[in-house]
Amino acid sequence: MTLVKKFLGAVAAVGLTAGAASAEPALMYDLGGKFDKSFNEAAYNGAKRWAEETGMSYREIEVTAEPQRVEFATRLAEAGFNPIVVLGFQNAATVEEVAPKYPDTSFAIIDVSWLDIPNLQQISFAEHEGSYLVGMLAAMASESGTIGFVGGMDVPLIRHFGCGYAQGAKAVNPDINIVANMTGTTPTAWNDPVKGGELTKAQISQGADVVYAAAGGTGVGVLQTAADEGILSIGVDSNQNYLHPGQVLTSMLKRVDQAVYDVFAAGVEGFEPGVRVMGLENEGVGYALDEFNAALITPEMQEAVDAAKASIIAGDTEVVAYYTNDSCPVLEF
Amino acid sequence: MDFLTLIQILDSSVRLAIPLLFACLAGLFSERAGIFDIGLEGKMLMAAFFSAAVAALTGNVWIGCLAGIGSAVSLSAIHGIASITFRGNQLISGVAINFLAAGLTVLVAEAWFSQGGRTPSLSGFGENARFNGITLPFAEQAAEGGMLGQVYSELISGHSILVYVGFLTVPLTWYLLFRTRFGLRLRAVGENPAAVDTAGVSVVTLRFAAVGICGVLCGLAGAYLSTGLQAGFVKDMSSGRGFIALAALIFAKWRPWYALAACLLFGFLQALSLRPDAVERITQMDVPGQLLDALPYILTVVILAGFVGKAIPPRAGGEPYVKER
Repeated sequence: MTLVKKFLGAVAAVGLTAGAASAEPALMYDLGGKFDKSFNEAAYNGAKRWAEETGMSYREIEVTAEPQRVEFATRLAEAGFNPIVVLGFQNAATVEEVAPKYPDTSFAIIDVSWLDIPNLQQISFAEHEGSYLVGMLAAMASESGTIGFVGGMDVPLIRHFGCGYAQGAKAVNPDINIVANMTGTTPTAWNDPVKGGELTKAQISQGADVVYAAAGGTGVGVLQTAADEGILSIGVDSNQNYLHPGQVLTSMLKRVDQAVYDVFAAGVEGFEPGVRVMGLENEGVGYALDEFNAALITPEMQEAVDAAKASIIAGDTEVVAYYTNDSCPVLEF
Repeated sequence: MDFLTLIQILDSSVRLAIPLLFACLAGLFSERAGIFDIGLEGKMLMAAFFSAAVAALTGNVWIGCLAGIGSAVSLSAIHGIASITFRGNQLISGVAINFLAAGLTVLVAEAWFSQGGRTPSLSGFGENARFNGITLPFAEQAAEGGMLGQVYSELISGHSILVYVGFLTVPLTWYLLFRTRFGLRLRAVGENPAAVDTAGVSVVTLRFAAVGICGVLCGLAGAYLSTGLQAGFVKDMSSGRGFIALAALIFAKWRPWYALAACLLFGFLQALSLRPDAVERITQMDVPGQLLDALPYILTVVILAGFVGKAIPPRAGGEPYVKER
């Protein structure tokens, strides 16, 4: 975090208190920044879409250091913004502290589902279901019978991604070999494309010909090396198919933009506290299909995945979440 | 473990060792001249960004590499002015450089490319926008020729030019430091600057020269990260390699050949942690990758604790030189 950034943050915070507007919604980004090509940027896109469609405005603020979390959230509430959307599970404690102090303000938090606050909507994503679908695609596209998974920092959320992926792959081919690696155990693991690239090469030498990256900035290195070495890769969170046209099999979509859009669109009147799960049935997660990967996904593959999707929505196929008992039935990490 | 797996792991070791080696030798020059430099990380990061950014803008990786070196040298100059000219605290200046680089790279990247503090992938800017692997002569025929052939074709051939430059830098450093007058003076300035001053040689000039060489080598390390190993810059992509290089420098006791060995060892440990399957097959037990990642630091602590010989830093290291009146 640079001085410049801190300074800008401070200026933004001062600006907030000065221009108090009535019932404008606000959005608070997590560390990682607004333009991270992934999680935060997806939220920004959702807010932008809402602003363009309604012609109304919203306030946004970017957290650049840990101590700012509570301070910024308090300032937003103090200035009368409503509803306030806060991003990221790392802000759970922030909301826990701020939301009860402003019972008339509606808060929403993304990637959290375990709090109990009356004026809070919690939105969580069924990442395992989306990963299940891309796992099926990976298994169908693989010719070697070995596929790879590169995670970022070794946290339960990332194992959750990997576990769904493995279950999907095994559903297509029970004998498939899944090579799973985590980049590291510290936050640097989110931004180490060099290590991501080396992990990809290591997985290729173990026979992998499709690699799924759930690793933030490290994933950029995974997708790059996969493209260089002539194997397929799978992107995550946002649609990353365009990064290497024809060489990215698909992307696991997590529609943070939709979640933010929905909260903004509902406004104060339509606000619903409680837990909202964004899964396959409400298009909260899914796989990306566009002109960049159209040639890679055959009609049979699409048919199989869509059938599985319908079956999951109907409750006939159960994808086990890693969180259920903190272990994965088909993959060891 | 079969032979080919071993070669692949060694191949990966070399790729992971080269950025460490450049940074380690950079630190060697600086610290041998009495200037501690914990800003290796920041210089590397700055160079990684400017090499990738300029390579993307010009489509020529060589110009990018020069820009990377230039940016690292200018950070070196800041370090030099702060700690040599103004006799500031060298550690503080180094920390400041790390912070400056971490912020400035993202800021400039966002202003130039608007991709969230990244550069676009260099693979979209033509063949010359990044360092490609060089296939040495006869590598393809050698691949058929048994083990030795495989070593040649897989391990020795196929790296980008900076890898070969990196290996050449080691004997060059050794020669420069231990066989030339410049090297003798540079080492002397790190041990006893007063003596060098008495002999009529400028301490300030020598130290600036050392810090400058340090910048050039950090520049090469950064350029290798973003244009050799990867094809573009991602924020904070140096991921602590500058600090591992510092550990390697202590491990090598400030000597160039030992630095090569230390960096190769640390690279090998990193490469091993990428292949838990192979490690498990050899050791017959589940060795956690985190242990392998931590080993460089553990080894350095062991060395520092004096179990394996003594690591004695240059005597005048960390102290600004004040001419006696």
